[in-house]
Amino acid sequence: MIQTRPLDVEAVRADFPILARKIKDKPLIYLDSAATSQKPAVVIDVMDDYYRRYNANPHRGVYLLSEEATVAYESARQRVAAFINAGSPKEIIFTRNTTEAINLVRYSWGRVNVRQGDRILLTEMEHHSNLVPWQLLAQEVGARLEFLCIDDRGLLQLGQLEAKLEGVRLLAITHQSNTLGTINPIKAITEKAHRAGALVLVDGAQAVPHMPVDVRDLGVDFYAFSGHKMCGPTGIGVLWARRSLLEAMPPFLGGGDMIRRVKLTEATWNELPWKFEAGTPSVAEGIGLGAAVDYLGQFGMDKVRAHERTLVDYALEKFQEIPDITVYGPGDPEIHGGAVSFTLPNVHPHDLATLVDREGIAVRAGHHCTQPLMDRLGVAATTRASFYIYNRQDEVDHLVDAIQKAQKVFS
Amino acid sequence: MDDLYREQILEHYKNPHHFGELTDADITQEGDNPLCGDVITLYLKLDDGRLGDVRFRGRGCAISQASASMLTDMIVGKPVNDLKTFPTKDLLEELGIQISPARMKCATLSVNTLRVALDGESTDEE
Repeated sequence: MIQTRPLDVEAVRADFPILARKIKDKPLIYLDSAATSQKPAVVIDVMDDYYRRYNANPHRGVYLLSEEATVAYESARQRVAAFINAGSPKEIIFTRNTTEAINLVRYSWGRVNVRQGDRILLTEMEHHSNLVPWQLLAQEVGARLEFLCIDDRGLLQLGQLEAKLEGVRLLAITHQSNTLGTINPIKAITEKAHRAGALVLVDGAQAVPHMPVDVRDLGVDFYAFSGHKMCGPTGIGVLWARRSLLEAMPPFLGGGDMIRRVKLTEATWNELPWKFEAGTPSVAEGIGLGAAVDYLGQFGMDKVRAHERTLVDYALEKFQEIPDITVYGPGDPEIHGGAVSFTLPNVHPHDLATLVDREGIAVRAGHHCTQPLMDRLGVAATTRASFYIYNRQDEVDHLVDAIQKAQKVFS
Repeated sequence: MDDLYREQILEHYKNPHHFGELTDADITQEGDNPLCGDVITLYLKLDDGRLGDVRFRGRGCAISQASASMLTDMIVGKPVNDLKTFPTKDLLEELGIQISPARMKCATLSVNTLRVALDGESTDEE
């Protein structure tokens, strides 16, 4: 049974060893969790324990170590399934990350189901990982890409949705924009997409770490996310898909573990989920992800979301003190997740990120892997501050001070 | 005052030397860092084996634009054959600051673009 625990920020901070680090004699202020989150000691420890005590290749060995590794790895899968309310752990395919999960759908489902002349509907706010795979598929099979546009507040123009769904096989859409912070109404969008006969794939890399996600309630068909943005390690991600879809899809990568019976010229496939997991898996990382969902689960994802909502609300207000700042994304914190992008007229984002780094503050500067969105916003780059459970309001204050100091350098 | 953004660099950034275009340029070369969004265009006018005149346009961070401005001062009037192998380290010395690995592409955009423009070769130790 998962213990419950209040989200007390000071206590949370004590769980993250890296937050004790000083950057040039100043406390680390980490505002880049949208890129990757920091890791609590419990996650680091379970991975260390695996390597020290029961490192072995799972699924095959008959000796105790291998059995323990198998149990730990498969137990992590069960907890991940419960975390997003999947119908079964068999629907949880471990991948390297969100990108690989989306590419799995492109190769396994896409190449069979998307034909010449079919349409794939995307949005202007997609991360390159939910754009480039579909460009490649479209080029390969002769499909067409269509795009839902955003308005000036950074919201999808959902009035276009029904018209744009005409002839669409797949709608691939982000749950929360990594650049704008916009939280998209996935459930309502999915209902419309299904009515039009399209399947829905959701890039949940920025959602699962930050808010309650129930894949069955959302009603989507494919849902992808990464471990490293949710207190887990790098090298482990998840594709969730409805079982009937996974059953019908051909394998992704071929090799060991994904087979049932192999002859010289043919093979049959293992059952779900292993049919999609060729080769020795990321065992330690899977176990680490299991610890990460336990860790987040003890607070409750509604509390995680509420904490970040408070920080975003505060940051949106506090940023107004900065002269000439342009803040992107929705002004309403109810639909603005824990990432806030902005630009200043006289300080380039890279110069700003360099200058605030001198104050111990880590922010992201660049296009955030959303170059088409940058083009739409008419900027080459933005600076992004993103929040997580270990961030405090006073860190926003420090950021605002550091930004104003940087503005003085360039004034 | 921050040493990375010392006065000389900010001065070049705010008031870049040789900024603009050459309508009679012999070579026009664009260069960019897609990852950062830094872009510059070099306009080169050749004169009897030498770089007779140079202009640049660009936008991007202070490091990329100041380094382009400094480079134009260093190359104007020089033999084109020498410029084909213009050492990156000379420009970095002129910048006179510690450039972190993450910002190196900003600092070297201009000299890399010059090299492409003259079909030259890198002499950098990589």
